[in-house]
Amino acid sequence: MNATEKSEQEAAPEFSELYDEENGEGQSEFAKDYIPLTMFQHSLLTLGTGLAAFLDPTRAESIAVFGEVTAGPVLRSIRQKMLNDPEGSAILIEKPRINSKTINLEWLASLPPDTLGGQYIQFLRKNNVTPDSRLPVRFIADPELAYVMQRYREAHDLFHTITGMPTNMLGEVVVKWIEGIQLGLPMCLTGGLFGATRLRPKQRAKYVSTHLNWALQVGFTASPLINIYFERHWEEPIVDLRQSICPLLNSPP
Amino acid sequence: MFSRSVNIGLRLPTKKLGNCKFSTSGTIQSSYSSDKETHFGFETVSETQKAEKVKKVFETVASKYDLMNDMMSGGVHRVWKDIFINRLRPGRKTKLIDVAGGTGDIAFRFLQHKETLPNCSSPIRFTSPLDSIPSKRPENEVEAQYQALGNSSPEEENNRSVVVCDINDKMLEVGRTRSLSILTPDQLRRIDWKQGDAENLSDIPDNSFDAYTIAFGIRNCVHVDQVVREAYRILRPGGRFLCLEFSHVSNPALQWIYDQYSFQVIPVMGQVMVGDWDSYIYLVQSIRKFPKQEDFKYMIQQAGFRFVTYENLTFGVAAIHSGVKLYIGIQWSLTNWPIGFNLSRFTG
Repeated sequence: MNATEKSEQEAAPEFSELYDEENGEGQSEFAKDYIPLTMFQHSLLTLGTGLAAFLDPTRAESIAVFGEVTAGPVLRSIRQKMLNDPEGSAILIEKPRINSKTINLEWLASLPPDTLGGQYIQFLRKNNVTPDSRLPVRFIADPELAYVMQRYREAHDLFHTITGMPTNMLGEVVVKWIEGIQLGLPMCLTGGLFGATRLRPKQRAKYVSTHLNWALQVGFTASPLINIYFERHWEEPIVDLRQSICPLLNSPP
Repeated sequence: MFSRSVNIGLRLPTKKLGNCKFSTSGTIQSSYSSDKETHFGFETVSETQKAEKVKKVFETVASKYDLMNDMMSGGVHRVWKDIFINRLRPGRKTKLIDVAGGTGDIAFRFLQHKETLPNCSSPIRFTSPLDSIPSKRPENEVEAQYQALGNSSPEEENNRSVVVCDINDKMLEVGRTRSLSILTPDQLRRIDWKQGDAENLSDIPDNSFDAYTIAFGIRNCVHVDQVVREAYRILRPGGRFLCLEFSHVSNPALQWIYDQYSFQVIPVMGQVMVGDWDSYIYLVQSIRKFPKQEDFKYMIQQAGFRFVTYENLTFGVAAIHSGVKLYIGIQWSLTNWPIGFNLSRFTG
């Protein structure tokens, strides 16, 4: 108990670190970056980023913006799902962020490789990404919903870690399916559908035979991944974590 | 005392209007103050902040600058630049300085410009007899025949040179890379790339260029009047100042369409194509903050230029302002006259 408490203190950032004091009382950090869109701009942006995301899926910013402009009422239902879960509501209250300032990467690297922290560090190193690569949300008016979107974006890498999927096209499509089924975001669902059309023959064979099936089963049976307060589970062995979310995660395709 | 500046070409102390310091050698030093406020698009910022923000904007957009120009204007910016160089009418030995000319569009057109003869099919060529004397002595029979046919292209005979000056290194880098694929080796020898601030070209001596151009750059400068004054200083007497810049559309209906396009479409295009909303909002806002055609013309006259005219392109979406630095005697006599009085018959 003491060990987990201590790790909680070390891993979970201080509340004062999260609260942006420069902005003053109650003003959200998303407020200063927010760009209001007219109907015309909104539709043009949807079409444009959708096309750009389809033509070049490696560009993260077009996928991110496409997700934001198409989110609409779905974010409200995601937030409701989070509120219905104790860990999810803790996330909404404390609003933790995942970037190199809030996460102690060196401490994570010192953890055993079979824990969530160890696996996450391995994932970051293998795919040559940093937790800082996620863009801030700019097109969502409500700061609470903007946070939900931001949390989803920052936790995406952790979803990869939990599902054990790499960041190649096939892995991304699988994760998008799982996210799409659990969250209902249009961007995830269209990503899963249309992304699959860009798979190369070998990957497509795998997709059709095992991966899609597995993704759908996990998506429908797993507990919502967005509700996991990852920062509290760094030292937990990943096998146990996967078992608690969905036993299928321990038998990947 | 003179209420107007007097430029007599010698290095004497010159009295200049405005908020810049001067030294006895006649060079002007401008500084960006952190107290004085100016505009960055529709935002109010200090002068130093504007300089930094503009620098950041151009560092971000440099790599896709030409692509975005094409997308936003539908390729029309190429026509504008072609017309601009036509208005300049480069001669054989013109020395040009192209300020804020980062990616080199104006400089390349300048070097490649061919004097086009009037479009008539008369067998009589309307050129001076001296033009038909070949500049190179033929070395062998083949060359003699070639020259006799009159096939030597004008480009080989011209000796134009251009200095491209830009405050932003990244833009110059993009320009240099482009020049390697666009220009011939001979032209590459005659182009120079220089990093510098348009408001303070202190390492360029007075009266050193025949022509000064600034295309789509002057609205990004903190002190527009200072830029025009520097232009006046470094041009030789008889030299020409040309500025191509976005300007104001006078027709209200067209203005509405233009505004809608600017604010609804352009930032979205920037976000979709290069993931950058802010730079393109700055672009369209800074266009609206720039002085109108007549006001800018007055500014140019204030700096000492005469025969200042402007020409609207695409109903005022862009405008070419042109002014001439007159020879000393004429300048002196004209400076004693107030601007509005009696000059209108010359300035048009």
